[in-house]
Amino acid sequence: MNARMTAGYRTFTIFNYIFLTVATLSMFLPLLNVIAQSFSSPFAIDRGEVLFWPVEFTTIYYQYVFQDASIWRAFGISVFITVVGTFINLAATSSLAYPLSRDEFVGRKQLLLMIVFTMIFTAPLIPEFILIRELRLSNTLWALMIPTAISAFNLIVMRSFFIQIPKELIDSGRIDGAGELRMAWSIVLPLSKPVMATVGIFYSVMNWNTYKNALYYINDRALYPLQIKLREMLITDDIVDTGNDLFSNLATASPQGVQMTVIIVATVPIVMIYPFLQRYFVKGMMVGSIKS
Amino acid sequence: MNSHAPTTPNASRAKPPKPKLRSTLSFMLKYKTLYLLAVPGVVYFLVFKYVPLLGSVIAFQNYNLFKGFTGSPWAGLAHFQKMFAHYDFLRILKNTIYLGLLDIAIAFPAPIVLALLLNEVRKLAFKRTVQTIIYAPHFLSWVIISGIFVGILSPSSGFVNTMLSWFGIEPIYFLVENAWIRPVLVGSGVWRDVGYGTIIYLAALTSINPELYEAAEMDGANRWKQTLAITLPSLLPVITVLFLLKIGDFLDFGFERVFVFQNSLNLDSSEILDTFIYKAGLQQMQYSYATAIGLFKSIVGLTLLVIANTLSRRATGESLY
Repeated sequence: MNARMTAGYRTFTIFNYIFLTVATLSMFLPLLNVIAQSFSSPFAIDRGEVLFWPVEFTTIYYQYVFQDASIWRAFGISVFITVVGTFINLAATSSLAYPLSRDEFVGRKQLLLMIVFTMIFTAPLIPEFILIRELRLSNTLWALMIPTAISAFNLIVMRSFFIQIPKELIDSGRIDGAGELRMAWSIVLPLSKPVMATVGIFYSVMNWNTYKNALYYINDRALYPLQIKLREMLITDDIVDTGNDLFSNLATASPQGVQMTVIIVATVPIVMIYPFLQRYFVKGMMVGSIKS
Repeated sequence: MNSHAPTTPNASRAKPPKPKLRSTLSFMLKYKTLYLLAVPGVVYFLVFKYVPLLGSVIAFQNYNLFKGFTGSPWAGLAHFQKMFAHYDFLRILKNTIYLGLLDIAIAFPAPIVLALLLNEVRKLAFKRTVQTIIYAPHFLSWVIISGIFVGILSPSSGFVNTMLSWFGIEPIYFLVENAWIRPVLVGSGVWRDVGYGTIIYLAALTSINPELYEAAEMDGANRWKQTLAITLPSLLPVITVLFLLKIGDFLDFGFERVFVFQNSLNLDSSEILDTFIYKAGLQQMQYSYATAIGLFKSIVGLTLLVIANTLSRRATGESLY
């Protein structure tokens, strides 16, 4: 390397670090601003004084959000569809992915092709809507869990994992006289914890964030998941549904603080699983991309 | 397995079709558990993916909820004709194409550039911190993202306008002005997905043989020339595959992403096929018309994918299938 190149590259490096820092801050600061607003007084928010640190610190929005039964209810619904839905996702996906990974399964290529086709050519919304209606799933929480039971992408990720489990293990199980189900349960499944965790976390994020299907299929307010509730609070500024005068005044006077607080409440679960999430999704992305 | 193989080669040659079928069947019977395990999943794909596909015939009918698929009268191509004759539809199609083009021009190359820049970072701790933070927004729902943007872009209390005011710029009503909603839609997509998009490119970058760079350096190529001559060509297969997928999704800007930012004031620029299908179909119950639009969208997507795939195979040898 000669000196001129080094100088040029050094300048680039400095700008590169500055650029990446700015890019990272642009991801981080909006979140910080939301947190700061949720702890700031309505007056400070209205004056546009809140940047990245609370101004005139208060927890009043949190008190308001936590006393609102409908928010708690929506939170509970979201927890339910995340837990039960993810269980359904994993059971349905793995029980199809496992046979698809075995050479003994005649027609696996054709079946896989049929599944990949659904990724490229998706059915229009209305026939699906009519189907859900005809199946009597509308206005039940099943409408949020059954139609999304298997994602083709996650299925392929799981199948790729199952394929690389050595055949000798399965053969040795057979010699010991184990049936297919027993081999799947006590040999393959215990080895599959990493992929189950990866795909399970993908699915839980999907279930927690579910909005579209709830908008299409759920009219009953008692069954609204948190995302629908949050959206409602973001577009209608009258969040007054409370018997408490103090809180009513607060909410009508400054809806933004309340909105930012509900955003925090809806984000906390994702933030809590993010460290686990991050460990796995890079691997998951790779496996999925190799096959497609 | 051996117990089901034909006893001798001659026996199988004497009556070829029957024993083969029977052995396949008994083979399947032996592994019936595998097939039973697959049943729920196969049923899922048939019911929830293929039945709606067949149900798309209502695009050619005047579908009536009470008469069903079999009883509803046929309409031929009337709904498709209505589509192209309708001024609103053409405007919405234009919006969708415009947003799709913006997204390809900005959101597609963004992760490639970011991955190349991250790849030049030698300080591992810095690289990790940046990665951890830029991946994160991908996991937030569009509702939450719209909430965050409502908060930071608010003309009176949002920090973006607060900062603009330091430079003497008047508050901008980002979310209600037609001129601003497209940049917000594309920008929020970049904000959410640019970091996550780098994962695949960074992985491709680590698989490049370092000897190539050493050789280039011997030849006197600087870092920039190395990027042009080695790094980009090595990334080309990944870029091509992702680009083809993107082309297939060209009209699919995403229902949620647009819907959460929509309001009556920005509708002229923000209405796209997906949101229009929802409104025409589920809110106004024009089932057949909305299905015709949906079918149009799917067919255009598939056609674009096939064309792009063929072109790419001829030009670069890279293709999806």
